[in-house]
Amino acid sequence: MEWDFLLVQALSGLASASSLFIIASGLTIVFGVTRIVNFAHGSFYMLGAYMAVTIVPWLLELDRSPTMFFVGVLASAVAVGLLGVAMELLLLRRIYRVPELFQLLATFGVVLIVQDVVSMIWGPVEIPGPRAPGLRHAVYIFDQRFPAYELFLIAVGPAVLALLWLLMHRTRFGVLIRAATQDREMVGALGVNQAMLFTGTLFLGAALAGLGGALQIPRVSASSHMDLSIIVEAFVVTVIGGMGSVPGAFLAAMLIGQLQAFGVLVFPKITLVLAFLLMAVVLVVKPWGLLGRPEAASGRAVLPEGILDPHPLGRAGRLLAAAAVVAVLALPLFDAYTVKVGTEVLILALAAFSLNFLVGNGGIVSFGHAAYFGLGAYGAGLLVVKAGLPMEPALIAAPIAGGAAAALFGFFVVRLSGIYLAMLTLAFAQIAYAIVFQWVEVTGGDNGLVGVWPSSWAASREAYHYLTAVLTLGAIIFLRRVIHAPFGATLRAARDSAARADAVGIDVRTHRWLGFTLAGAAAGLAGGLYAFSKGSIDPTLLGIPMSVDFLSMILLGGIQSVMGPVAGAAAFHAVKDFFMPLTDYWRLLLGLSIIAMVLVFPRGLAGAFVSRRRGAS
Amino acid sequence: MTLLAAEGLTKRFGGVVAANGVSFALEPGEMLAMIGPNGAGKSTTFNMVGGQLRPDAGRVTLAGQDVTNTPPRALCRLGVGRSFQVAQTFLSFTVVGNVQMALIAHQRQTRQMLSDAAALHRDAALALLDRVGMAAQADRPIGELAYGDVKRVELAIALAGAPRLLLMDEPTAGMAPSERAALMALVAGIARRERIGVLFTEHDMDSVFAHADRILVLVRGEIIARGSPEDVRADPEVQRVYLGQSGTKAAARARRTHG
Repeated sequence: MEWDFLLVQALSGLASASSLFIIASGLTIVFGVTRIVNFAHGSFYMLGAYMAVTIVPWLLELDRSPTMFFVGVLASAVAVGLLGVAMELLLLRRIYRVPELFQLLATFGVVLIVQDVVSMIWGPVEIPGPRAPGLRHAVYIFDQRFPAYELFLIAVGPAVLALLWLLMHRTRFGVLIRAATQDREMVGALGVNQAMLFTGTLFLGAALAGLGGALQIPRVSASSHMDLSIIVEAFVVTVIGGMGSVPGAFLAAMLIGQLQAFGVLVFPKITLVLAFLLMAVVLVVKPWGLLGRPEAASGRAVLPEGILDPHPLGRAGRLLAAAAVVAVLALPLFDAYTVKVGTEVLILALAAFSLNFLVGNGGIVSFGHAAYFGLGAYGAGLLVVKAGLPMEPALIAAPIAGGAAAALFGFFVVRLSGIYLAMLTLAFAQIAYAIVFQWVEVTGGDNGLVGVWPSSWAASREAYHYLTAVLTLGAIIFLRRVIHAPFGATLRAARDSAARADAVGIDVRTHRWLGFTLAGAAAGLAGGLYAFSKGSIDPTLLGIPMSVDFLSMILLGGIQSVMGPVAGAAAFHAVKDFFMPLTDYWRLLLGLSIIAMVLVFPRGLAGAFVSRRRGAS
Repeated sequence: MTLLAAEGLTKRFGGVVAANGVSFALEPGEMLAMIGPNGAGKSTTFNMVGGQLRPDAGRVTLAGQDVTNTPPRALCRLGVGRSFQVAQTFLSFTVVGNVQMALIAHQRQTRQMLSDAAALHRDAALALLDRVGMAAQADRPIGELAYGDVKRVELAIALAGAPRLLLMDEPTAGMAPSERAALMALVAGIARRERIGVLFTEHDMDSVFAHADRILVLVRGEIIARGSPEDVRADPEVQRVYLGQSGTKAAARARRTHG
């Protein structure tokens, strides 16, 4: 390898770092002030690109000059900034005080809505952007060609950093942003108009994302998949840099840019994994990121969001449970399609129940539960397809695979709390996704593997339904027992007050780690059963949308109740199964429903059930 | 035998010496108060004894055993209970559930997955609640209680670990004056009866001078006076830097009323 090649590699790393920083700076500023991790930030980036491929060619028609190109880019950024204002006014303003899980889900609802709206307006085909006039040539750096536009991008990142520094230190608005990042309550107490501050912050954050997207159009076409890939990278950058810290984001973007530029030379197969590994290492060594600060502790004791005192089932609850079991057993009396849906509901119910074991009972907001579900499915599927084993040992391996992955990832996860914990679970899920996606020889990559069929005795739809019923109901009953047992109570105690739990002699970390592993094993079992019900496995089983589906189920069912997630899974899957074939806009519908649930129905079906009964008696 | 001994505890935060060579001893059944103005190093010293902070120098022994740098959960196993400045309880549990949880932890039953947590140690928990006068409220959610009552439950939680030593960080902070006196009388009664040593920090001079057996006065990280409440109150240096005129009078009044 020649050193001039290495230099060019480093320069291209700087160019992507620069772009990444522009996007991540917006995310980190918004988080610093509002304390909301905005999933829709990736959507703003995508919208910036789509705006630019629409506006810039139109401006270039008028005058083919570099000025017009950059006017178009800036206009796109401003337009996206205004969309950010709309999001603040319509949604964020209503959810500043709700638990962070709900905030994450609500902003993810916006992601789903924007995806469908974008494909409505711009269609499903990728749209290439125009090249920038004046920067279309390549320059020679020691015999190596290097695009001039990339050199320009390298300069934009530091320029944005400098402008942000001036804004933060020389303007009243900037000073307020920094003050709110350090102590939001105090800024409020000083009589600052918070509504204006928050709206302005969203404008700035969204405009930065839009700018980042608009600047990309000479390099990449605008497509409807840009949002999720960039948001995960931007999360990694902000978390490594320290959430709320703009210089931290710059530092982290530089690190990630170089890591990817050179990582691709050394480990071409696992480029996606490297960034997440860096993030995991940073979080374990410096839990608040490189330049972040611990959150100012609030002295107020707040009732935790989640399962409160788990009561034994009342008479109505017992009747309902009995009716559900009878319905499950009677399903094969109906048509085959109903049986298929019923089997899937049982499997998803176990996955959702295991997630709420963490979220509702342990206060451990996992945003990557699909990883354990998917790894269970792959564990079982690979044994059948690659090792030629029958279903029975594969179904034993599924919870072991899910549990082992959860034990490994959980070891790091339980060292953190709150939003950092959620981000780390997301990162680990993306690592698992990347491995399954990129390790084509073993996993079949994007296409997955087919031929995961049950043993002959369980091959009929009805027999497999009963097998699933026995295993999932058994696992749910066991987990419910654990919630009522000292172990479950200990997890709740640690969630309520880690300091008090520590003072009465509870090893909080070890218990949370064991709980994480147990939930991972249960999700793995569900994943294994799912693989055999479908006959195939593919990477979507581990993806973010799958994790969000699980979270939607427990949100719909009610995270405060023990059995709610089961009802939530049934309702969610039935609705999805019914509506998805009928509409092209399922994601729009789902996004709107998630937001509606967060805003008007935050305690879910179980909450409604309880308050109806209270009202009646 | 000395229950708790601190020898030369020192802690620096950057250039600030928060505690400088702090040494003291505490006997079983004794109430030892640590007082001083804000920023004197009370909490720092307290947290070094309690295992939350690692001292730069010095050591802590519990009944002769070196426990410097022992984490809180291990200290609990050695018989150290504690209460927090802002009460820390398990907010989603009932009153008796909180004490049961502490008993489950004390009996090392936290990993049981099949027994019923609500049925474990209920009688023992009720007995503990009875000792702090909270048995009548046993089945209420703890979030519903008045703050003074929460502090009492916190005391019961600490007692569930059968402690030899109680560490209480401003036990009466945030309480109404009448509740303060009652809580301190309760703590002092239990400590003397059961030979539990109590180390507490406090801003409320009434509580300190009425119930402490001995007092340490910290100023700028150093102990400037120590001794019985009378000695400390009469110390001209303490009067000058901490108590002031009205504080001295209040201390005398408290001593007359309770002592």
